[in-house]
Amino acid sequence: MLDSFLVRAALAGLGVALAAAPLGCFVVWRRMAYFGEATAHASILGVALALSFNMSVFAGVLVVALIMATTVSTLSGRGYAMDTLLGVMAHSAIAFGLVAVSFLDGMRIDLLAYLFGDILAVGRVDLAVIWGGALLVLALVGWRWQQLLISTVSPDLAQAGGIDPKREQLILTIALAVVVAVAIKVVGVLLIAALLIIPAAAARPLAQTPERMAAIAAVIGAISALGGLQLAYQFDTPTGPTIVSLAAGLFALSSLFSLGRG
Amino acid sequence: MNALVTFKDVNLSYGGHKVLDDVNISIAAGEIVTIVGPNGSGKSSLLRALIGAIVLASGQIIRERGLRIGYVPQKLHIDPTLPMTVTRFLSLPVKITDTEASEALAQAGVPDLGPRQMSNLSGGQFQRVLLARALLHKPQLLLLDEATQGLDQPGSAAFYRHIEKVRDELDCAVLMISHELHVVMSASDRVICLNGHVCCEGKPDVVASAPEYRALFGTGTGGALALYRHDHDHGHDHAHGDGCDHDHSSEAAK
Repeated sequence: MLDSFLVRAALAGLGVALAAAPLGCFVVWRRMAYFGEATAHASILGVALALSFNMSVFAGVLVVALIMATTVSTLSGRGYAMDTLLGVMAHSAIAFGLVAVSFLDGMRIDLLAYLFGDILAVGRVDLAVIWGGALLVLALVGWRWQQLLISTVSPDLAQAGGIDPKREQLILTIALAVVVAVAIKVVGVLLIAALLIIPAAAARPLAQTPERMAAIAAVIGAISALGGLQLAYQFDTPTGPTIVSLAAGLFALSSLFSLGRG
Repeated sequence: MNALVTFKDVNLSYGGHKVLDDVNISIAAGEIVTIVGPNGSGKSSLLRALIGAIVLASGQIIRERGLRIGYVPQKLHIDPTLPMTVTRFLSLPVKITDTEASEALAQAGVPDLGPRQMSNLSGGQFQRVLLARALLHKPQLLLLDEATQGLDQPGSAAFYRHIEKVRDELDCAVLMISHELHVVMSASDRVICLNGHVCCEGKPDVVASAPEYRALFGTGTGGALALYRHDHDHGHDHAHGDGCDHDHSSEAAK
């Protein structure tokens, strides 16, 4: 069954969509959209480093995304606004990444695959890495769900309940880095943040509790991944952008629904 | 005296600026203590240090072993992007059953709020829900940080009457920060006036008539009018000279 590239692609898309859904909800709730974006953009530097040192792209991206995320967390609140800091870091990282890639011979052709993803080229090893990462993220977020939620509602309430909100922030940061690292093959650096934010945003008008929002986001993400793959195959369009376009369409529908409901 | 919490020579600073200066306070079981003081006097920092959200520069906060604290924060904004019913909110971070949640809401005087979204509540309803949540696990010490901020006069009066009732039922101590002295006086056993250091401390009427207090909250007016002068911006030079070095032990009646 795994011999078909389409089946592998579908499973890869599904894995990323499921892991991105609950995490994307936290990104939306905590207003970390730009943070996710910056971490994703930084991963192009990770790709360049991985290729030059001949290590796995997953490991390279994971390391750079983690460094990026912790640097931003540490520097924020020290005289720079978060958006300024992220603007500096995200664009510097992508610029350094592109410069670094240019030193690598014969890698220019591959660059597009990392920017926009190449889900149809997902191999068995990639699939194992994607699902391993996705399950890790789901387990992490599921295990810390209550603590993450109360820290999101109010760091002080968390503290009064004996929960360290900084530790929960760190867990989210790690989970975000893992999702970025596994999603790069599927939708590429430029569209990872879209897969985090759009399904969660589309789920918001349909949900009454945080759990339901995460579940609906997962369904919307899965529909986008599988449907996008199908559409891309049918109309011969680039897969990653097609998946994101479908998610955007579902977001538009859910917005119309909330408008209609008043 | 069997203290639930004791602040021992607590010093606290924010970016080089001293917020709390050698603060010594202790809270006994079952008493209602109100802290008043101008903006930036370190009132909220004191509570946040007590829950462990701020690291002390020096000194100690000694809690009774296994002390259960219920905390009602100053301001809580729940972003509308986060769907959260009142019932779900009460289950954070410790899961409770729906029955327990509706009992808690009924006790807080807002029995019908369960299915409502937190982001749609009025200020008064929101405070009631926060209070219900703080009381869920039978705290020995209830911390209230300007809990009546944004409530009108009848609203805050009702809120404080409710606190008194809760204290009588649960027999818990209450440590609250207030920006309204007249409401404080009717409710509390002891008032501590804070401005970086403990200015004076005693029964409500003692504080209101102490010269330090009058100097802090407005001179020459005395009586009721002084109570409304909370957002003053004058200096505090008199404090270290004479008034504040007096012995507190006699008036902190035990």
